[in-house]
Amino acid sequence: MPLVSRFMIRTALLHLALGSTIGGLLLAEKGLGLLPWLWLLRPSHIHLLLVGWTVQLACGVAVWMLPRLNAAGDRGNLLLVWVCYGALNGGVALASLHTPLSAALGGLPAWPLSVAGLLYALAALAAAGHAWRRVRPFGAGG
Amino acid sequence: MQRQAQFFIKTALVQLIAAMLLGALLLIGQGLQLGGLGALLPVYYHLLMLGWATQLIGGVALWMFPPLSRERPRGDERLGWFAYGALNGGLLLRAVAEPANAAEPRSLWGIALALAAILQVLAIWALVLALWPRVKGRAPAAPRRREEA
Repeated sequence: MPLVSRFMIRTALLHLALGSTIGGLLLAEKGLGLLPWLWLLRPSHIHLLLVGWTVQLACGVAVWMLPRLNAAGDRGNLLLVWVCYGALNGGVALASLHTPLSAALGGLPAWPLSVAGLLYALAALAAAGHAWRRVRPFGAGG
Repeated sequence: MQRQAQFFIKTALVQLIAAMLLGALLLIGQGLQLGGLGALLPVYYHLLMLGWATQLIGGVALWMFPPLSRERPRGDERLGWFAYGALNGGLLLRAVAEPANAAEPRSLWGIALALAAILQVLAIWALVLALWPRVKGRAPAAPRRREEA
């Protein structure tokens, strides 16, 4: 498993643990009604689990398991995968922190959410740019 | 594929069917403008994303991630079994308690919902702990014995 896949899969597992813990707090709040401010974390729960966990895990596993480009085992341009890793996690951090920080600080401008959206798009382009040539039959010559 | 991964993947398929049936019920209810089904929407989302997607990913990862060592290729399998039981027990409890709590707020169903939350969070942490050490590069090749060389 290449280093970048290890980074992506382990970061995805951390997002899974964090996002699920937030989700558990929200569900317990729904039942007990003790800390209603926890609902400010609902967007964080969704971003962490949909993008930080599911999308990131899929990208990390794809980089590891898609067919190599040649008999020497070349996986192609891994720089694009690192760009995907940075953009995706930067986007998740911005999107997850915006609502709770905005509530805590009495309001924040909306532009960090736009930046998060652009980072998500960049991550998707970088992942597709890397994976595109590797989607082919195993053992096919370059 | 080991027995544990088979349990994860087959149960994920069952949860997919349950989620799709519930989704169909929600859409039919929306089409016929039946009220009172809204409390089932979060159950539908979580059957799909936790019971299906995350459980399937967990099963495939427990099966296919690099082995931990020759002696214990899958590490401590009790973590995986605990995750399996707590995840499905928590989801089942949630599927009953969430609509019941919406119908009767501030009742014992609220405590059941909190218990379901605890089970689901513990399940995810156990799964993460089971998978974490198996996210690794290729193990160095064992030195060849003299007679094999």
